[in-house]
Amino acid sequence: MSSTAPRHTALDALHRSLGATMTDFAGWDMPLRYGSERDEHLAVRTRAGLFDLSHMGEITVTGPEAAEFLNFALVGDLAAVGVGRARYTMICAEDGGILDDLIVYRLAEAEYMIVSNASNAQNVLNELGNLAEEFDVEVRDDRDAYALIAVQGPESPGILTALTDADLEGLKYYAGLPGTVAGVPALIARTGYTGEDGFELFVKPEHAVELWQALTKAGEGVGLVPCGLSCRDTLRLEAGMPLYGHELSLSLTPFDAGLGRVVKFEKEGDFVGRAALAEAAALAERQPPRVLVGLVAEGRRVPRAGYAVVSGGEVIGEVTSGAPSPTLGKPIAMAYVDAAHAAPGTPGVGVDIRGSHEPYEVVALPFYKRQK
Amino acid sequence: MSNPQQLRYSKEHEWLSVAEDGVSTVGITEHAANALGDVVFVQLPEAGATVAAGESCGELESTKSVSELYAPVSGEITEVNQDVVDDPALVNSAPFEGGWLFKVRVTGEPDDLLSADEYTAYTAG
Repeated sequence: MSSTAPRHTALDALHRSLGATMTDFAGWDMPLRYGSERDEHLAVRTRAGLFDLSHMGEITVTGPEAAEFLNFALVGDLAAVGVGRARYTMICAEDGGILDDLIVYRLAEAEYMIVSNASNAQNVLNELGNLAEEFDVEVRDDRDAYALIAVQGPESPGILTALTDADLEGLKYYAGLPGTVAGVPALIARTGYTGEDGFELFVKPEHAVELWQALTKAGEGVGLVPCGLSCRDTLRLEAGMPLYGHELSLSLTPFDAGLGRVVKFEKEGDFVGRAALAEAAALAERQPPRVLVGLVAEGRRVPRAGYAVVSGGEVIGEVTSGAPSPTLGKPIAMAYVDAAHAAPGTPGVGVDIRGSHEPYEVVALPFYKRQK
Repeated sequence: MSNPQQLRYSKEHEWLSVAEDGVSTVGITEHAANALGDVVFVQLPEAGATVAAGESCGELESTKSVSELYAPVSGEITEVNQDVVDDPALVNSAPFEGGWLFKVRVTGEPDDLLSADEYTAYTAG
């Protein structure tokens, strides 16, 4: 990209009026936090939080061969996704490396909306554009067509119910339906990245402020607060959800990341990366490489991405994400460690925190699971 | 955000009280505390340790980052604030009061410490 000027979402002025601390995120000027990120985190766990996620990349794929095309381009079985449902999937390179992780909504028989990470949106768009040449489909860049507002947390169904006639009861997790929220046309999706029940609302940018204000008002009585990307990161970390550039990268296959289940070898036809992924699957079965685990601190020093995981003075892995966990009250991390040290409770594991080997407990992911 | 008039300030965002019997109290400013976000861990020099102006003498860890703590003056540490070690959130909630970090017997000062008005202007830019 030639321009270095940050991009602003439709809610930019509103964030500033709320006193948000802004940060650059993949070329976008986004709210990091409004006040205390810890308070925002706990609000989402116990009440509700409101997020501007308009930096995420939307790509629409339409045409008679849309399902067939996505089955070729992505590792999942998108043809098997029912209209109105969503699927977590990935786009991989020919060598099996992960180009991005995606959520794909099937909006109609021949229409899908793909949501990519902001940092990868252009790459995903380019890749899909190239792959689409052999198919009767249109790949449309819809990044500017949508603002995305998420309301997350146990109070979110109540807040949204007050603003819409849509059948939220009938809306399952990982499903989306078109409707009207606070008089604004929206794609209402029961998805999120926080480990809580919640909704993501895709609307036209010109409706974003109106919708944000209506949600704020509807949430007033139940403790809804605006939330920044800082708490979004600690929420997803507690929920054990991977983040591209941390747990996922071009140098890892879905099997390396412990997410081999997203690769659907049984689907019809060939797909990009199939041969390499089959090899990666066999290797993972035979001789697992490093394994993604959770680490919980005994002390209070916080592990950061890139810090070495150690045992008996040897480096046995690397931290991919780390933060103080507001829910557990201790620092936590996700890390790739050698399989020999990956079992929960493995003794003697530590993290090298700027030269000091701090003791950590190996645990199974996630750190936090919502009570249903 | 108002910076107390009676304090002096370093460009590294520490504040320093006027020395009583040669001992000054040191903390970080509200500006710095806000920039860090929620502080979750502080590592302070030990009582008896010697620190040098402008050099790292500890660290402040927040949700998103870790920052060096610099000594605004040279001297010997006479006391550290155990309350803030036990409850690092004090740095955010009361940076100029209960969130003080350590006391130091001053043996040398750099000549670029700022007054409250100078520091306010310095951080306004």
